[in-house]
Amino acid sequence: MITVEHLTKRYGSVTAVDDISFTLETGHIYGFLGPNGAGKSTTMNIMTGCLAASAGEVTIDGHDIFEDARQAKRLIGYLPEIPPLYTDETPWEYLSFVAQAKGIPAKQIPDEVARVVAETRLDEMAGRLIRNLSKGYRQRVGIAQALLGSPPYIILDEPTVGLDPLQIIEIRDLIRQLGEKHTVILSSHILSEVQAICESVLIIAHGRLVAFDTPQNLEKMLTAAGRMTLCAEATPDQVQGLLAGVREVTGCEVQADEAAGGCRAELTLQGDANAAARAIFLAFAKAGRPILQMTPVRADLENIFIELTEDEPSGKKEPIHESGI
Amino acid sequence: MKAVFKHEAGLYSHGLLAYVFGAFLLEFIGIGAMLYNINAAVANFEYALGTFCIGFVALVPILTMRVLAEEKKQKTDQLLSLLPLSSTDIILGKYFAMALVFVIPMLVACVYPLIFSLYGEVYLPTSYGALIAFVFLGLALIAIGMFISSLTESQGMAAGLCVVVMLFCCYSASLADYIASTAFNLVALVVIAALLALLVRRLTCSDAAGILVLVLCLAAVGVVWLVNPDSLATLLPDLMSRLSLFERFYTFVNGVFDVTAIVYYLSVAAFFLFLCVQSWEKKRYNG
Repeated sequence: MITVEHLTKRYGSVTAVDDISFTLETGHIYGFLGPNGAGKSTTMNIMTGCLAASAGEVTIDGHDIFEDARQAKRLIGYLPEIPPLYTDETPWEYLSFVAQAKGIPAKQIPDEVARVVAETRLDEMAGRLIRNLSKGYRQRVGIAQALLGSPPYIILDEPTVGLDPLQIIEIRDLIRQLGEKHTVILSSHILSEVQAICESVLIIAHGRLVAFDTPQNLEKMLTAAGRMTLCAEATPDQVQGLLAGVREVTGCEVQADEAAGGCRAELTLQGDANAAARAIFLAFAKAGRPILQMTPVRADLENIFIELTEDEPSGKKEPIHESGI
Repeated sequence: MKAVFKHEAGLYSHGLLAYVFGAFLLEFIGIGAMLYNINAAVANFEYALGTFCIGFVALVPILTMRVLAEEKKQKTDQLLSLLPLSSTDIILGKYFAMALVFVIPMLVACVYPLIFSLYGEVYLPTSYGALIAFVFLGLALIAIGMFISSLTESQGMAAGLCVVVMLFCCYSASLADYIASTAFNLVALVVIAALLALLVRRLTCSDAAGILVLVLCLAAVGVVWLVNPDSLATLLPDLMSRLSLFERFYTFVNGVFDVTAIVYYLSVAAFFLFLCVQSWEKKRYNG
């Protein structure tokens, strides 16, 4: 379990990370989401011991990353945003050095390097100089470095940035595979990527944690404000008249739409979405006007992201917190 | 530390740098030996070392310029920071690898006095005494060069700064002779205090620490001025002569094995390695 408590990082008068707290359980894939400059990389660098914090604590399975750095770092594999590679070496030489630095016994190093090379599908490139490898393969070397010693926590900072679509798919598949054996924490500002891979999302904006939940729960929460699309066999006037009698409907835009069966309405609701749907259904049924379609409008992760991160830095608000995991 | 040492030694063995450094080092010593021991038929190998120790001005920057600056530029310093290694492990591992690159050609140079002894009377104790001091002088200068490399991301900048510092180290005792007047001493001491304060400010990123060092240095100069104004005229020259690394080496060239000089070289090396560790740690705190 990774515990981050009241983590703050200041550079002079600039606060890059502002009092962030969260707990990451084992066995999940977590996504760090945030616009550029939000504080994702800084948070990850502090969590991995590359950077000191101005205040706060980070513990990895009970080991403090600042006080008990050596032990805590053994539990983490980290791929920084720019893979830190010695380009004059082959992946094999590079990985052998990292393995030794991680304290893997000398006799086990060749087997361990072979394992991560196979796992990241670097076999054909293991003997070439890193400077001659494509960006995708360099990224794999960086991930292989993080996997050495089988640390329980793998932290990947924007692992797909700068890759072509095919390479992105390959790296995503690799991350999914890693998620079966390790706790994976990856940062990205690509929403679809996080939605596709991660079981839980932490959204960071202006150095603060503004949300921490599953993508599904976040969508649900932001649907609570409530919008619904309705298609019915009725004229716009009839629809407006029927909806006027439903207390949960606070606003509606109705227009005639033959393709939708008569008319289409965009509703704004208050209160419980299911109660509103029931009341609308009963009102239309009583009037003998068939409802052909009634769909709650759900915010996708993109809308949630925009809504949560577009606030001014000064507008401090309580983070939306995890409920599902 | 062992992992970093092995890795660095491996990088040196694959690259050209160590071989160029070794070749130039042996060339400098070889030219000295040729001029003194072969052409002039002088039996003292230490004279060759004494004359051509100025070669360190070019050699130390060659060896040290990339050692930490390149790590910063390539962002591989982040790898070292995320591995379960302490800053001391990293700095010492790198330093000992450079020391190895320096000592291997020196082992070759150790054969020279033996070769000369085949053709005439060579007093081996003074030759080997000077060789030992030469190695310790080199180790101290390499630590200084390494610290300079830790201050910048640019190899060129590190090399240029290192050449300037090596030249100063080499000629500080000679320069001291030109500093005669009290006024000049005072100005020079204030400039040195300011430079020291700037260095501390850069290492700690704290204005308060820099100002504190400046105030302490100026206060010390002020106290000397108040207590004994005459001594101010000789304070800087004395300091420069006493702190000169090269001046102490000439004692060995003159046939005296000065243990305090060896201790001094080791202290200088330890002090600058300590500063290297602080400089490395600074990046963790300031990103």
